[in-house]
Amino acid sequence: MKFKYEIEGGNFSKAGNASSAVKKILKQLNVPPATIKKLVVALYEGEVNVVAHAWNGCIYVDIDPDRIFVTIEDEGPGIPDIGQAMQEGYSTASQAVREMGFGAGMGLPNMKKNADLLNIKSEVGKGTTVEITTLLK
Amino acid sequence: MVESGFYHALKVDGDKCFGCTHCMNVCPTAAIRIRDGVATIRPDWCVDCGECMRACPVDAFYVEQDDFDKIFQYKCRVALVPAVLIGQFPEKVTEAEIFSVMRELGFTHVFQTEHTAGIISRSMVETAREMEDKPVISSFCPAIVRLIQIKFPSLLDQVMRIKPPIDASAVYFRKRLEDEGIHPDDIGIFYITPCAAKIAAVKSPVGEEQSPIDGVINMQFIYNKIYKRIKSRHETSSISPGEMLPLLSPGSIKYSLTGGEASRMEGRCLAIDEIHNVIEFLEKLEHDEIEGVDFLELRACDQSCAGGVLVGGNRFLTTERLNKRAGRFEGVADIPGDIKAYTHFMSNNLDIGLLEPRSMMALDEDMGEAMRKMQQVRHLMCFLPGIDCAACGAPNCQSLAEDIVRREAQLSACVFIQRMMEKHSKLSGEHALKIIEKIWGKNRLDKDCKKKGAADEANIEE
Repeated sequence: MKFKYEIEGGNFSKAGNASSAVKKILKQLNVPPATIKKLVVALYEGEVNVVAHAWNGCIYVDIDPDRIFVTIEDEGPGIPDIGQAMQEGYSTASQAVREMGFGAGMGLPNMKKNADLLNIKSEVGKGTTVEITTLLK
Repeated sequence: MVESGFYHALKVDGDKCFGCTHCMNVCPTAAIRIRDGVATIRPDWCVDCGECMRACPVDAFYVEQDDFDKIFQYKCRVALVPAVLIGQFPEKVTEAEIFSVMRELGFTHVFQTEHTAGIISRSMVETAREMEDKPVISSFCPAIVRLIQIKFPSLLDQVMRIKPPIDASAVYFRKRLEDEGIHPDDIGIFYITPCAAKIAAVKSPVGEEQSPIDGVINMQFIYNKIYKRIKSRHETSSISPGEMLPLLSPGSIKYSLTGGEASRMEGRCLAIDEIHNVIEFLEKLEHDEIEGVDFLELRACDQSCAGGVLVGGNRFLTTERLNKRAGRFEGVADIPGDIKAYTHFMSNNLDIGLLEPRSMMALDEDMGEAMRKMQQVRHLMCFLPGIDCAACGAPNCQSLAEDIVRREAQLSACVFIQRMMEKHSKLSGEHALKIIEKIWGKNRLDKDCKKKGAADEANIEE
């Protein structure tokens, strides 16, 4: 089954809506609670990243009984140095974003921690694609 | 016992229920459907929060309670009274008066539920320090514990496994009476409950194997009984001095009010009341959106237990009265002296056992099958109007679609689908009416001037 959710860049009050929708679907599919929690935490981080940094983006969710494959695609500034962005505490978030409680530099590391597989592709000035795989078997 | 093994205190009086949608629309777990003209509750989805009872325009919901005379099966008849009972009486009625009337009604002992609140708080603070997954969630409100079991099972590990005052006090007073030499079989402990969820929790405890409480008495019932006696006493101006109970600390008096637990815990603590507010917050908590919060006090009722569905008095006035009362008891020890002697016993008896998930969300146990059903639901949603009118007997179109996939309803239950079917000559008007009568009851659409708001409501026939 495939789903697509759009993310609006810069709108923090809506950050989390896509993650909630995905969570509801996973619960209905009887995915184990611990698995849902891990995936949704990773997904929420990804969603907030798009809201905080990009102009707009999309979440694609592809579910089959063996695995859940999520692609978070955005049009945005891109990540110049992915290695650096993967370090805990490294953040490029503006002061305004930090004051809202976001941008502590834990986003990508936290996603990695909660995904079975994480793949990041980015092109500066164009956008970023993050792929999360959660294995169910 | 219901088939799910979950006991429910909330029942529908089929004679009073005339089939409207009020209860169904407010149910936080979408557990209500209308069938044959009356509300029916799905046992494994209901958390006994009592929202339906509050919303009902004709008082068709009632709680199953123990017969008051059941107390006389015991020699030692203990009433366990929560602070909110006192909070309902006008200020001029003293606690001593209330408790002495309760003895007149037949209780041999009257104890206060919040007597153990101090020792519970201390234990909670210690336990919270050791729990790694934050925020730690209080297990005080039984409706909330059940809500987490069925709707937020991934948060169960964060729920503190510590008895709330009702259970802790029952265990404590039972032990003390036994130590006084009273035979265990002679002791009957009756809790005066402000809500339906506590009745359900006593009849089928979530973690423990057996409840330490022998019976539950509806607070509204006992309030009326007490107040009637007090009123007649005032008229004859023969006020008895009554019995003085051990004093409660201000923190214990306010324990069941909103903030009663959160104000005693360490770190960043939040108190959230009203079940829909709680659900909204737990949704966020589930994806780690909430950071840096250490403790959550979650209560199903607005104004917590002061707003319990069986509390007759106004919840804001009840809260005010308890706050005022607490102010008069500054300096009273948080853990009463008699409990200190039982510290060891209490620390061994505060655990509530394991909380099992009882997820109700899944469309099917098997994921492949659940995926197939989800696709069916989405397909059905293409045809349903999305108006969420509830005329099909389900709270919204999504619920109807899910019911259809579960084979509990049919697409033709939708009045708009019926219209489309009639247009394409696939359904006769007569058949459509039959479908409606199956949901809303026979002759439900006949003229009835006695119904609420109609011409003859409350009119005396000439």
